[in-house]
Amino acid sequence: MGVAVAIDRVEKRFAAVQALAGVSLRIDEGEFFGLLGPNGAGKTTLISCLAGLSRPDAGRLAVLGHDVVRDYRAARRLLGVVPQELVFDPFFSVRETLRIQSGYFGIRNNDDWIDEILANLDLVAKADTNMRRLSGGMKRRVLVAQALVHKPPVIVLDEPTAGVDVELRQGLWQFVRRLNRDGHTVILTTHYLEEAESLCGRIAMLKQGRVVALDSTANLLARFAGQTLSVRLVAPAALPRHLATQATMVDGNWAFPLAGAREVEQLLAELRQAGCVIDDLRLTQSDLEDVFLGVMHNAADRRSNDR
Amino acid sequence: MTGFRTLLYKEVLRFWKVSFQTIAAPVLTALLYLLIFAHVLEAHVQVHGVPYTAFLIPGLVMMSALQNAFANSSSSLIQSKVTGSVVFVLLPPISYGEFFLAYVVAAMLRGLMVGTGVLLVTIWFAVPAVEAPLWILVFILFGGGIMGALGMIAGIWADKFDQLAGFQNFLIMPLTMLSGVFYSIHSLPGFWQQVSHFNPVFYMIDGFRYGFFGVSDVPPETSLAVVGSSFALVSAATLLLLRSGYKLRS
Repeated sequence: MGVAVAIDRVEKRFAAVQALAGVSLRIDEGEFFGLLGPNGAGKTTLISCLAGLSRPDAGRLAVLGHDVVRDYRAARRLLGVVPQELVFDPFFSVRETLRIQSGYFGIRNNDDWIDEILANLDLVAKADTNMRRLSGGMKRRVLVAQALVHKPPVIVLDEPTAGVDVELRQGLWQFVRRLNRDGHTVILTTHYLEEAESLCGRIAMLKQGRVVALDSTANLLARFAGQTLSVRLVAPAALPRHLATQATMVDGNWAFPLAGAREVEQLLAELRQAGCVIDDLRLTQSDLEDVFLGVMHNAADRRSNDR
Repeated sequence: MTGFRTLLYKEVLRFWKVSFQTIAAPVLTALLYLLIFAHVLEAHVQVHGVPYTAFLIPGLVMMSALQNAFANSSSSLIQSKVTGSVVFVLLPPISYGEFFLAYVVAAMLRGLMVGTGVLLVTIWFAVPAVEAPLWILVFILFGGGIMGALGMIAGIWADKFDQLAGFQNFLIMPLTMLSGVFYSIHSLPGFWQQVSHFNPVFYMIDGFRYGFFGVSDVPPETSLAVVGSSFALVSAATLLLLRSGYKLRS
């Protein structure tokens, strides 16, 4: 399997801000790849460099072997980008917008494929409506459609579900999953970690312009594997010190991280011995959110130790 | 080629869809100029032996064409920059040359349409002769091209609408109004005659007018040389800007 996207030691600075501080990534053809990180981590800058909207200060990026600067026309033909901002051209209808976008990519008479995209994104009824008259969710769908007019083998979605209702989100993911099954490489940035967890085979986490974690979703989840036992005590019982150091207080509940369910019984026994009366308790499996918080936290520790 | 053709089509469709504002309005403005100036001056003034109204018409045609060519490319670029829809033309594999040509040709076409409109509504008041139609066409196309390219530079440079308005009000308007649209520069005092010779728009208007009357302030070959080299210069500057990605690709 070939390399869909190769990113090699890319650096980008905007005035005082080092947006990307040497990012390297290899994304294989056919992958569903997640790019996660807090706001300002450099996700959008990285995508802009890949799409040619920004120029890196150092390093190289290539789409299916085509350098995005030297061989920009070939690289852009292979890439479909759904931008994060909800932008549109107010002069045109949905169909006009898609026909024009096809033409920019050198494709004429693209109506069969345009009809298929419209149907898949549930836009058929709006095909002849002016862009100005569409709701935010509808405009978002058109942005997705615009990125797909040239059937790009590599699709980049930059937070495509921000501010989008549940129904559209489900429909969109169904469509994108199908495109991925048909062989399209998909790169996704999102703030909804449960989306990334269910969709992405591999995930990179960015923080302050650096890759701080890069692994398959399964490995990342395994790395922070375990459960959390949340306990609410009947007031005013205090937790004995040796137990309090293990737990963190979240919303009035003590959260105990456990390596496995085996530890539950031991913990409950200790609580009973200490005279604590349990009002409520809950056992949860750790998810990508815990992984994300753990990675971001560790990265912060490592950076402060570096100094 | 399809990329260029589509971008050109989109640029033409953009102004065509609001043609009341982009074509009809400037035609009306030119008509008002004609009504007022012709009413005041027709009985008193002849230029190069031509009655004033007939003299004024080609100047108004060219001035309107130039101003609208500039307005077309500059407003299209600033609008798409401000709204963010400029990404739709930055993401596709369109080369710098195609990008440049599409905007400039669309600007020329709008200039040509406005110019034709002005001619059609003013021709009822006086019919200017047509001595050398080829010169007319050459000058209106080059003039539109220069202004279209200048409009691209202004549209790329400006971050806000008021910066663009500044460019338009303090550079384009004075250059076009003080270019001999309303008078022959021979009627100016010596110093201002000299100053006018540094205004490239003067050559565009003068050469264009030569096509109608066969007489002009300077020989049309001189005007063509000035206008042609201005076009080459402004085009080269615009292409360099596009290649560098200035303000379009961060």
